[in-house]
Amino acid sequence: MAAQHHEECHDPHVAHHFESADQQFQSAKLGMWLFLATEILFFGGLFVAYSVYRSNHPEIFVFGHQFLDKNLGAFNTVVLIWSSFTIAWAVRAAQLKQIKLLKWLLVATMACAFVFLGVKYVEYSSKWKHGLLWAAKFQPHLEATVGDGHGEGDASHEAGGPQPEAEVPAAEASGTAEAPADPDRPTIPLAPDGPPGLAAEAEVAGAGHGAPMATPDMAKIFFSIYFLMTGLHGIHVLGGIAAMAWLLRCAARGDFDTGHFTRVDMVALYWHVVDLVWIYLFLLLYLIH
Amino acid sequence: MAEHTEHGVHIASLRLLVVVLIALMFGTWLTVSATYVDLGALNIWIGLAIATAKAVLVGLYYMHLRWDRPFNAFVFISAFAFLALFVGFTLMDSAHYQDLIIPGWPGQ
Repeated sequence: MAAQHHEECHDPHVAHHFESADQQFQSAKLGMWLFLATEILFFGGLFVAYSVYRSNHPEIFVFGHQFLDKNLGAFNTVVLIWSSFTIAWAVRAAQLKQIKLLKWLLVATMACAFVFLGVKYVEYSSKWKHGLLWAAKFQPHLEATVGDGHGEGDASHEAGGPQPEAEVPAAEASGTAEAPADPDRPTIPLAPDGPPGLAAEAEVAGAGHGAPMATPDMAKIFFSIYFLMTGLHGIHVLGGIAAMAWLLRCAARGDFDTGHFTRVDMVALYWHVVDLVWIYLFLLLYLIH
Repeated sequence: MAEHTEHGVHIASLRLLVVVLIALMFGTWLTVSATYVDLGALNIWIGLAIATAKAVLVGLYYMHLRWDRPFNAFVFISAFAFLALFVGFTLMDSAHYQDLIIPGWPGQ
């Protein structure tokens, strides 16, 4: 017993305060799960804000989600699910000491993360272009485009997109019925009408959609919540990329040659949580009915 | 049958990982298609149910909770339980004074 203990104390991979490699692994794992629990609660605050505003002002969400592109959202969901698969496979590769495969899978997962952020960039820039931003920055307007007859001045406020389906009652219920259905009113193209809100405005303006929907009071709340939730998630994606870059360096250094896979396992757990959060964000922000 | 590392940690088979991947992709397709069917207030609950089913698959198989120590699952699930309390109580609270802050709220 004493001899065995003595031997383990000299295992360079086991810190002196751990009894065994197994205990060390299980402690790391428990710590990671506790961290993930705090991550869920971190996002939880924003989910609470979402729930309260959506239950109190459903029309804001019905209005706002039209400016998000379902296809891009679904594409990003598929990308993240795929990356979850590659990193789960990376854990298996690390466990089986398949170092070369592990490196390739880490690169594949990082590539997915970059694709995700690239799509997010396209989405954010179209919101930016049209002033569909958070809080006081919410000033919907048309980008001055060639052949666009509308002045920028009257466009800076009360600009709303046309309503694709007959969901007008929501607009009326919002209490902003005084915003007139002015045919000259500039409109911001909705996401389904072209590449992420970048469609030519003129095509959308009178393209047989129903009555234009007024911008509800506090529509900015939707965009505040949208940017906070997806922004915090995006920061987590960046963190994941950094963590995987670190794993690649460890793999190159030969840290995993001995079958030590704790680090890969921890990063994978984190990455799965990033995926889980996105599964809900996609549903709650893009797929509002 | 099932592979294990030297320390007895379960190794998920590649086949299982692929099956879960296909299930998750199917779930995503299902979530998107379900939004095109108008079920009124049911839509959001169906969406949440599918999303939760996907989350359970990720947790059980990709995050190895099925083979992990039950205490780790307990820690993780407790976070969701507290989140449910947080959301639930806040909504109950705000529902009590909605008629004061939203003119014309139907619950008056």
